[in-house]
Amino acid sequence: MALHAIFFYLFAFVAVASAVMVVSAKNPVHSVLFLILVFFNSAGLFLLTGAEFLAMLLLVVYIGAVAVLFLFVVMMLDIDFAEFRQGVLQYAPIGALVGLVVAAELILVVGGTTLSPQAAKSIAMPMPDIAERQNTAALGDVLYTHYVYFFEVAGLILLVAMIGAIVLTLRHRQNIKRQNIARQVARTPETGVEIVKVKSGQGL
Amino acid sequence: MDSFFSTYIWPALIMVGHSLLTLVCLLVFIAFILLADRKVWANVQLRRGPNVVGPFGLFQSFADLLKFILKEPIIPAGANKVVFLLAPLVSVVLALATWAVIPLNDGWAVANINVGILYIFAISSLEVYGVIMAGWASNSKYPFLGALRSAAQMVSYEVSIGIVIVTVLLCVGSLNLQDIVYAQKTGLGTMIGLPNSFLDWHWLSLFPMFVVFFISGLAETNRPPFDLPEAESELVAGYMVEYSSAPYMMLMLSEYAAIMLICALTTILFLGGWLPPFDFWLINWVPGIVWFLIKVCMVFFGFAMAKAIVPRYRYDQLMRLGWKVFLPLSLGMLVIVAFVLKLTGWAG
Repeated sequence: MALHAIFFYLFAFVAVASAVMVVSAKNPVHSVLFLILVFFNSAGLFLLTGAEFLAMLLLVVYIGAVAVLFLFVVMMLDIDFAEFRQGVLQYAPIGALVGLVVAAELILVVGGTTLSPQAAKSIAMPMPDIAERQNTAALGDVLYTHYVYFFEVAGLILLVAMIGAIVLTLRHRQNIKRQNIARQVARTPETGVEIVKVKSGQGL
Repeated sequence: MDSFFSTYIWPALIMVGHSLLTLVCLLVFIAFILLADRKVWANVQLRRGPNVVGPFGLFQSFADLLKFILKEPIIPAGANKVVFLLAPLVSVVLALATWAVIPLNDGWAVANINVGILYIFAISSLEVYGVIMAGWASNSKYPFLGALRSAAQMVSYEVSIGIVIVTVLLCVGSLNLQDIVYAQKTGLGTMIGLPNSFLDWHWLSLFPMFVVFFISGLAETNRPPFDLPEAESELVAGYMVEYSSAPYMMLMLSEYAAIMLICALTTILFLGGWLPPFDFWLINWVPGIVWFLIKVCMVFFGFAMAKAIVPRYRYDQLMRLGWKVFLPLSLGMLVIVAFVLKLTGWAG
């Protein structure tokens, strides 16, 4: 277990330290890179608890897709961040409030036996031994049997959001030459080329 | 103290030794694969290729290595130094880290983990960071354009690669790479009464997915005809423009390690990994790793020939191919395969 503890403190320390760096880094691109480090270490923490599937999904979804978009946006935006940061301290109370709410919620969840009797049961949900039940299969069972409708609804909501984003940003501009590959492929020498006999000295 | 040694130190030492051995073999293999790439390219164009260093130019890659290491690395004045030097490191570490789970033979993986294929997919989806960081940190126009192109391209083709992998996993029923190979011991060939042979492997039963995976693999690793991130006719060398000496070598190394990974993945998913092509005593006697390497080299020969004979795509055509052809095709095949497996009960 000693190794387990060492790795836990390593991942946790790097995660917290880079989370601080996300907020305090001067360069926004560095902030996003530190954010990626936070995700990476959280994936390590997931691995330590035996949630291998969640760890890999965190890597694929958050680092492989979401953070790439973040990085894109931050790199493309041309913002003077020194100017942007000037009034940042006046938002400190709001930030503190949000932090307080999150902390309170976390405490309620972890120690929430008195407030909600069911919470203790879901915390103490017995986890099957990894040797007999892999958590990929266990997650699949739960998602596609007990919660299949919720799962499908979540998928539909994402689909709607995606279509909405496309509809909002799609501009079909007129008067532009577009390539029609089917028509291009269907062209033959007969339809594509016109052979003209040109008399010398006269032209067309 | 004795138990501490036997529970922690000894397994750790074995793991380090195993990893080092894999790494060294992989790097030497990549050195010769690089040469093979240039030789194939040269032969298609009726040139000789590298033929000066050693017999048939066999040691060309090692001469290049010396040259890369002995030259001075130049960091552009406007570059973001830390990120500029971090980018090649990130690329190399990620590209080599994926090899930890590749089973080269029955039980020959550094780490035989249950979510092996997801691990590979996760780590290779991170490889785009090396490119973006390199392009951004160079603080120059061409590298940045190359990085943007590359990121968009890699993200697009990851989608169809992911769906192809899911289709294969449906047929296997496990995320473990060794189980994927075991599952190919029986297949279409044994179903019609033939003995175990190369007809059982997934390439035949999932042939359209095999083709989609191969082409997406070309695009994912920025290989020609999809090498737009470093299209020398437009972008000089894309995101690598500002790099020189050892950092440049590391970018190249990570690129080739990623190519070898796609070749190994094609071998495992579709070509039966270390399984011999026929069930025959002489062929069964050949160790599995030989079959694995032969298959990897065959897939790489396909990559090299594609580089030599196919002209480069235009960028909008590349995106069209990824999103409008491969994505619907692989999604459709996923649905068909799922239905077939469910209705026939082959999934087990």
